[in-house]
Amino acid sequence: MSILAYNGGAVVAMKGQDCVAIATDKRYGIQAQTVSTNFPKVYQMGPSLFVGLPGLATDTQTVFQRLKFRMNLYELKENRIMRPKTFSAMLSNLLYERRFGPYFIEPVIAGLDPYDNQPYVCNMDLIGCPNEPEDFVVSGTCSEQLYGMCEALWEPNLKPDELFETISQALVNAADRDAISGWGAVVYIIEKDKITEKHVKTRMD
Amino acid sequence: MASVLAPEISSSGFSFENCQRNAFLAQKGFPAPKATKTGTTIVGIIYADGVILGADTRATENTVVSDKNCQKIHYLAGNMYCCGAGTAADTEMTTQTVASQLELQRLHTGRTVPVETAATLLKRMLFRYQGHIGAALVLGGVDRTGPHIYCIYPHGSVDKLPYATMGSGSLAAMAVFESGWKPKMTEEEGKKLVRDAIAAGIFNDLGSGSNVDICVIRNSGPAQYLRTYEEANVKGKKQGSYRYAPGTTAVLKQRVIPLEVESVAVHPVQPMEVEPASSRR
Repeated sequence: MSILAYNGGAVVAMKGQDCVAIATDKRYGIQAQTVSTNFPKVYQMGPSLFVGLPGLATDTQTVFQRLKFRMNLYELKENRIMRPKTFSAMLSNLLYERRFGPYFIEPVIAGLDPYDNQPYVCNMDLIGCPNEPEDFVVSGTCSEQLYGMCEALWEPNLKPDELFETISQALVNAADRDAISGWGAVVYIIEKDKITEKHVKTRMD
Repeated sequence: MASVLAPEISSSGFSFENCQRNAFLAQKGFPAPKATKTGTTIVGIIYADGVILGADTRATENTVVSDKNCQKIHYLAGNMYCCGAGTAADTEMTTQTVASQLELQRLHTGRTVPVETAATLLKRMLFRYQGHIGAALVLGGVDRTGPHIYCIYPHGSVDKLPYATMGSGSLAAMAVFESGWKPKMTEEEGKKLVRDAIAAGIFNDLGSGSNVDICVIRNSGPAQYLRTYEEANVKGKKQGSYRYAPGTTAVLKQRVIPLEVESVAVHPVQPMEVEPASSRR
């Protein structure tokens, strides 16, 4: 079994019209045994910048703390907030530094650029190869199911409420076909003037 | 001690801090997962007035297509670009490292850096890591000695050729070159040949797909990067829509975090009163 599937979990992010969304499941388990149903893998890194770190839970937390440290230093030094693209480069470098002994996470980044409000999504493999597509990114133990759901449901120029339905249904239905993801989900819709955090009802089996 | 004013200077190069833990996990039956590989077709040719590089745009993780339109022609300097195949992160990071070394070299010498220099930097880097950095590269560029194409393998060996192919689609692409390449081709003939070679990879190699990217570097003038030179596989238009009606998803609780939209204030700088020079002693 892959170590990336030791704890289980999934994250997905999508672009919309002047908005982005990122969603995560809430399960934390040790292989087939569910330990917690309140373990979201998405963290808020800036006013309109989120990162999801699905994979081995110990590395989720370590990488989050290392990222926060590097980001705080950057923002204190530069006296401005970090752009999503800069954040991606920072995370990519952090992961590639450990090329020969990697952290077992496959990150997803979603945000609105604080300077021109452009939507941004990005995902990486565990050694930090960035991928910045025009539509959506997926990661985690049910990434293949998520690819299928997103490829079918996603359309360009979705409004925030439409984007919420699309991303929620994509995650919920993908996680239903994965035994080690699910058990609740959180969706963040990021707009220019507000962030909406919604806890979605899912199957709990 | 790290602080904001004097942050700890991290040692440069790779960190091996997780290696012992990961080896232990591997021994317990959790082998390290594989990184994204780009099953790829990348090519380069010399034509009458410079070089032409070409690449497909598919990235794969095993059999899953992880990126349908990725960039495989990387910038090295104004007069040279480099196509990458193999482990995606390795090609990306190796070319970025060498690009910055080349820029420093250019600023230090005040000249256009020769393509030979880039080939040497790349092969030394790859040889040092004994093939563990899985980057297979096609380097192309022009300098005062003319156009050059180099093939650089992950272990650090180098070929200097008039036409080269790399990646899993290299056989399909080389078949096109072997039958079609001739010396002193025109730019139009050259672009057509490169397109045909990449298309051969896209359609005959499962690891290659999507679009054709081309980069033309002429002896005279700047490089021309033709991103999506041809969309070899146009996606059909969706006939229907699977859009869910608002309210389909049951929401347990919700929270709205308002964001302050930053206002821009301009503070004009008042000119400082300066004493007339005559009053100074």
